Amino acid sequence: MAEIVGGYFTSHVPAIGGAIQRGDQSEPYWQPFFAGFPAVRDWLAAARPDVAVVFYNDHGLNFFLDKLPTFAVGAAPEYRNADEGWGLPVYKPFTGHPALSWHVIEQLVADEFDVTTCQQMLVDHALSIPFELAWPDADAWPVKLVPIAINTVQHPLPSAKRCLALGRSVHRALASWPGRDRIVVIGTGGLSHQLDGARAGFINQDYDRFCLDSLAENPDALTHDSIIEIVRQSGTQGVEILNWIAARGALGPVAREVHRNYHVPISNTAAATMVLERP
Amino acid sequence: MATRAAYAPPASPPIEGTTLFDGAVAQRGYALNAMCYSFNAAENREAFRADEAAYCERFGLTPEQRAAVAARNVLAMIAAGGNIYYLAKLAGIFGLNVQDVGAQQTGMSVPAFKQMLLDQAVATPAGAQ
Repeated sequence: MAEIVGGYFTSHVPAIGGAIQRGDQSEPYWQPFFAGFPAVRDWLAAARPDVAVVFYNDHGLNFFLDKLPTFAVGAAPEYRNADEGWGLPVYKPFTGHPALSWHVIEQLVADEFDVTTCQQMLVDHALSIPFELAWPDADAWPVKLVPIAINTVQHPLPSAKRCLALGRSVHRALASWPGRDRIVVIGTGGLSHQLDGARAGFINQDYDRFCLDSLAENPDALTHDSIIEIVRQSGTQGVEILNWIAARGALGPVAREVHRNYHVPISNTAAATMVLERP
Repeated sequence: MATRAAYAPPASPPIEGTTLFDGAVAQRGYALNAMCYSFNAAENREAFRADEAAYCERFGLTPEQRAAVAARNVLAMIAAGGNIYYLAKLAGIFGLNVQDVGAQQTGMSVPAFKQMLLDQAVATPAGAQ
């Protein structure tokens, strides 16, 4: 049977990609953020995952407003990154795991999540940057990918409660997967930040700490706020916490925090990194 | 483009300095956002640079959207229905990153905007639980 080895969560700010490209990891501005990653890499090296199920949001690379799914599950043999329009390098491709993707899709639809399925799908910095941070020296990614995209762009967004339930359905799929895969669950994005409007630059450390403190042991606490209340507390892009909430659901009922880093600011964002283990 | 029927989103208390990108805004901003989405392709960025007015015309931008683009005014683009994820691709053509855009929207200089963010720094040591 497959084993879910744990969960890795991190911000995915594009500027991180620029810092990696320039080799700025030790610069004073960046060091407090990158210092959160040796522990992640050590944990991954010990956990030896060979599949990553990743909850993220697309920023206008694969999806546009002509067809914008609330929940989309990739079921492709390969996923490529591509030019996002503003200067990031094009990152390495990802090998898919279509059999596991379809197993997840079967479970989700059986649980009445009417997801969009994608046999061709570009993936953006929200996937590439967390992988670059986790496996910085890899010639090819050491894990196969099952990507699950959540709409955090166009309201109405799915509620936090719905995203946690989505993750729990994915957990049921992973727990019943007959393959021998070792699966890491990844949630990317956040924490508080707002790029647009006169409130640009908004950060809310109290709300971020509430999210970080609740994630492992009490994720349901994160589902009590409406989406507009999450925007109020966390910023227009802080709603990317939905990806973390869904990923937490996919870990299963019990999880234990083994690593946390929180640093303000990275670009306009309160950056956070966390690792959760299963008992 | 055909006029789309007006859609009234559910009432909710406003958040100061914040536009929720909902159905009403997304309808209003469709042409502008579609143009910005096209800038994922380098040749489209080049075509915009070569003839900005013609490129805007090709995507059917409204007069309000054209004026906002011509003025490089991000708040006006948002008022015209622009979404920041797509607008970021246009801002990139102008050589502006999200901190430049943040400064413009808040009426600060770029150094002042960056300092405002740095002033929120926390002293938690990296890797601390």
